Order: sequence, then C-alpha cells, then structure tokens
Amino acid sequence: MVTSGPGATNLVTGIATANYDSVPLVCFTGQVPTYLLGNDAFQEVDIVGITRNICKYAVTVRNRQDLGKIIKKAFYIARTGKPGVVVVDLPKDIQCAYGDDKYPDKIDIRSYKPNNAVHEGQIKKAIGALKQAKRPLFLIGGGVNIARANKEMQQLADLTGIPVVTTIMGKGAIPTSHPLYIGNVGIHASYAANAAINQCDVLFSIGTRFNDRITGKIDEFAKNATLVHVDIDPASISRNIAVDIPIVADAKKAIEVLLKMVTHLNCEDWIEQISSWKKLYPLALKSKGLTPQIIINKINQFFSNSIVVTDVGQNQLWTTQFLELDENKQMITSGGLGTMGYGFPSALGAKLGNPQKDVIVISGDGGIQMNIQELSTAVVYELPVIICIFNNGYLGNVRQWQEMFFQKRYSSTCLRYRKSCETNCHNPNEDCPEYCPDFVKLALSYGAAGIRVTHADEIEAALKFAKKNASAPTIIEFIINREENVLPIIPPGSPLNEMIMEY
Amino acid sequence: MKKRWLCLFVENEIGVLARISGLFAGKSYNLNSLTVGTTEDETVSRMTISLLSDDQTFEQIKKQLNRSVEVIKVIDYTDIPIHKKEIMFLKVANCSEHEKTELFRFSQVFETRILDFNNTTVLLESIQTESKNNELIMKLDENFSNRIEIIRGGSVAVEAV
Repeated sequence: MVTSGPGATNLVTGIATANYDSVPLVCFTGQVPTYLLGNDAFQEVDIVGITRNICKYAVTVRNRQDLGKIIKKAFYIARTGKPGVVVVDLPKDIQCAYGDDKYPDKIDIRSYKPNNAVHEGQIKKAIGALKQAKRPLFLIGGGVNIARANKEMQQLADLTGIPVVTTIMGKGAIPTSHPLYIGNVGIHASYAANAAINQCDVLFSIGTRFNDRITGKIDEFAKNATLVHVDIDPASISRNIAVDIPIVADAKKAIEVLLKMVTHLNCEDWIEQISSWKKLYPLALKSKGLTPQIIINKINQFFSNSIVVTDVGQNQLWTTQFLELDENKQMITSGGLGTMGYGFPSALGAKLGNPQKDVIVISGDGGIQMNIQELSTAVVYELPVIICIFNNGYLGNVRQWQEMFFQKRYSSTCLRYRKSCETNCHNPNEDCPEYCPDFVKLALSYGAAGIRVTHADEIEAALKFAKKNASAPTIIEFIINREENVLPIIPPGSPLNEMIMEY
Repeated sequence: MKKRWLCLFVENEIGVLARISGLFAGKSYNLNSLTVGTTEDETVSRMTISLLSDDQTFEQIKKQLNRSVEVIKVIDYTDIPIHKKEIMFLKVANCSEHEKTELFRFSQVFETRILDFNNTTVLLESIQTESKNNELIMKLDENFSNRIEIIRGGSVAVEAV
C-alpha cells in the first residue's frame, strides 16, 4: 500500500519482479481525487498506465460502490491461474467516501476463467513416452514450488525412479539430499545436470518457461529428447522450445494425476551415468580461505528450520549452487527479473509471515545498499533477520563478466573506487581505498547488530550470535576474496555442453 | 510472414484498448490495423485486428491475448469465410474540370461514392476490402500523385452467414 505519485512509481520495480516470478501480489496505490484525474495534479501519476504491461490486471476505482467487488476481484485474479500482480488505484475521494462494506463471497469474471482441469489424454501420451524412455529426466521449475507440490513431486520421483534437475526457481521441489536429485540446470549449473539435459531421451518438464538462462543456445537444448511440458500458462508452452506433448495444467493437479498412473522405470544405467558425471565434476570452489561455499555450508549446518532469501548476483548464484533444502527449508530469490536490492526487503516479508523460522539474507555488498533503508523497518518491527553480506568490494557478477568476456576492462563495478584511482585498474590490491560504508557501524547506527568476519573459523560464532539476537536484525559482513568467480559458467549464446569449468 | 485477421471480444472498460495495443507494442508484434466498437451488449467491445506474422508468433499472439484478463474471446479469422470492409476517404485537390469528370467516371466504375466536391476538389468515399482500397490508391496515384489526401479507417470483419 503506497501513496500516489512517487509512492506509486517506487513500486514499479517490485511489481515487475513479482510479475516475472508469478508472485501473487495486490498493490493499493493512492491517487489524486477523481475530479483532478488528468489535470497534472500534485503527485498525480498514471500508475495503471505505467504498470499495464508488467501486471496481470490494473484498475482505478471510480465509484465507491464498486470498491468491495474490485478488491475481491483483485485478490481472486492475483491468486488464481498463473499468480501475478494486481494494481488497485484508489483516488482520494473514493478513499474518504462513506459507503457500505459489502464484500462478495464469490466472484465470477466472464473474461477470466483459470484452467482447473488436467487433460488426461495428454497425460497418458506423456506416460506413453516415458515408458519408451531409456534416459528420462524431470526438469522442475518454480511452478512446482508455487503450487506447493513439493511432497507430490518427491513421491513422483520416488515412484518412477526418474532423476530430477531443477531451475533455480524450482530448487527445493525435492530435497537437495534426495538420491535422485542432480542439481540446477542453466548457465551456472552443475556439470551433471546440464549433461543430463543433453543426453536425456525424454525431458519431462513441469512449471518452467525455458528461459534463456536455462537453455543456453536454444537449438542445442535437449535436442535428442521428446519434450513433455506441463505449465499453467498456455503462452509458456512452445514459446522458446517446441514441445512434443503439451499439458496445460496446475503443477500440483498434474502431478496428482500422474501419481495415479505412473509406474517404476528401470533406468539404473542412466542414473549410474549421471552419478559418474557428478563425481567427475562436483560443484566446488577451488579457492581457499573464507569462501562463499564454506559460509553457505555453515548456514546449511546451522539453520534447520529456515528461509534463505538471496539478493541478485554472485551471492545468489553461489547460494543456488551450495544451499541445501528440504521440507523445512525454503529459498526465495528473484529469478526472472534478477532485481538487485530484492533480498533484504523480501526477507522482512518472509519473517513477518514466518516468525517461527530463521530468516537469512544472503546478499552482496552492492545489492544490500540498494534497499539498505529497510534496516529501519526491520528495527522498528523488531524483525531479527540475519543479513549475510558477501563483501568483495565489487558488483561481482558484472565484474566477472568484464573479466571473462571483456578482457578485464573493469568499468563501474569496483565499490572501492575513487575518482583519483588510475583509470585502467585491472588489479585490486592492498593499497585500494577503504570500502564504504562500514557495514558494522552502519548496522549499529540503525540499532541493529553488526559483525565482521574475515576468517573461516569466525563464521560459527557470528551465526550463533545472530541466532540469539532475537529482537533486532544482525548484519554479518563476510570479507571474501575480491575476484572470486562463479563457476562453472556457460558463455552467452553457447550450448549447455560448452561449460567453462575453470578459469 | 502472412496476413492474419483476429476478432476479439473484450470488456468495454477504460484502458482495455491500451492494454491490447500495449501488448502488441511491448512484445514487438506487428500490428497493421485495429478497429474497435461496442457490440449489441454495451459492456462488450469488439475489435478487429489485422497483422502480419509467421505461424509461431501468431500462435503466441493468440495465447497472449487469450490470457489477458479483460479478453472474453479470441476468434481467428485467418482461414474461415468472412466479410470484411475498410472505410476510406480520398480527397483529391487541384483538379481541372476535365480531371473532375475523370474522377466522377472513375467513381462509377470502381464503386466509390462522391461525397462532396467544389471547383477544384473532389471527395471520394470507398467502402471495400483493404486490398481493393490499395488498388484504388495505386490507380489514382497514376494521374493524381501528390494531390490525394488519404484517410483510412481500419477494417471490420464478420463471419459469413
């Protein structure tokens, strides 16, 4: 809920972020009174017009008597079908007008009928394809997590014995320790997961859009496989990748129907093959010292009932590689839009909704500063979130690309830069200017706790302290290797089998 | 690339036209013409859209339109018998007497109407298919180039009975 004008425009990035990741969200924006609409009044902005292409539905309330119906409609549209964002614009005179509080129990919108059925014929076809398969593979996207079908998905994997890869939005669809779980696919995937995509003969995908970060070069993606695609959104099917067996359905409902019909498949050789790939190229950072991998592993050990929220960039990619998830752990991240600044504020929402869980933010030193003002929100609402800042003094992901694909011409990515620095600095060293801000002092100035960790043996004590600090947020700043890279990586435009394993 | 026709039934609400045209703009779909008007049910508007696209993009356009909350129904007119007409005005200026007579004859043969004229200018109305109207313009252009003001209204279409 925000005020008109600048309040409304400040929502735009959040709306686009939520819309991309199918997060149900209803936004109420203030607006100038109806009699001033279109007059260029003070703090007037056409927020319905601005958000039209980035939300599911946007409406200005023009009559007080429609208010109840519109709010009902807003929540219904946001939650059903493929979830999304609804913007309800409330002019000042409508806000202040007296009227009834009628709120309809049910709503029927003739132009909006989300699909609730599962086409059994298509499911049978898909199962027919699976029965022929020697090297079947499940590719699971965020749709399974949104439909809260994790338990069903695990049953499906157990029952069929088919190995599972996920997108980063689908991570956690089955526990990461599950013997059939291989890892993430895509440009920073595990080698085994991408190899499995390349070699599979039936790719059974549920709730994914085949985004370019997943597919790599599109012509080479799973090109020997029969493709089954379950998605709630018909427009996601056969958009990027031509699908052989499309199934338009909610992930949970489709999996429930599948569970009644599937049988166990013998693909031991295939599983054997995949585990040999896993052994050949395990996911691991080569560097020593205080590495992101060591920190995330400690977080894995330390918090058993938790929500980990990432920001965007290297911190996010390392987390998707090394974080372990099970039914008591959840990961939240901005996948589609990749919005820096997302992690910390959404962790506050996660904590408000799940006060009994430990909520941990994993952020970079760049992203955390994009919404650092929310520290006061966290202090005011006494939200003890644990903010882990991986500080490498760079906008690390962009720096990595500058290093790997732009001949190390570092530009606008160093956060220890000063105007007086040498223009063509390619090598950070001890003499670099001091980092600003001092995150420990910053935390203290807000009334939060702040700890700086420079050695791996200090991690545990810091996490222990943060967990005990139950009334205010704790910032833990981890000083990591300045030029740590996320590996493996697939260069832009390359197919999934052209991974750079070491650099 | 192929010429396609779509008919859309949408909620007659503020902003729906912007939503539909914005979808085409936002996704870089190529839109040729769009006409909109209310139907016998005044809460419903009907749009006729013509566009150029390949098969795959066209499928995607239909799906995108269908999933829009305000769209009640999408009908693909591409391969079904339809009647379609486009309204067009042609104002031809700086005509001699002889040329005016020419235009009156032209109008008779090519089934346009003379709506208005004065000493030097003739206003023609043509309600024909888009391609016929294109031909008319080409014909007139032979003798009256740079003197024609063209106002085209976009097509409407309806299924054959």
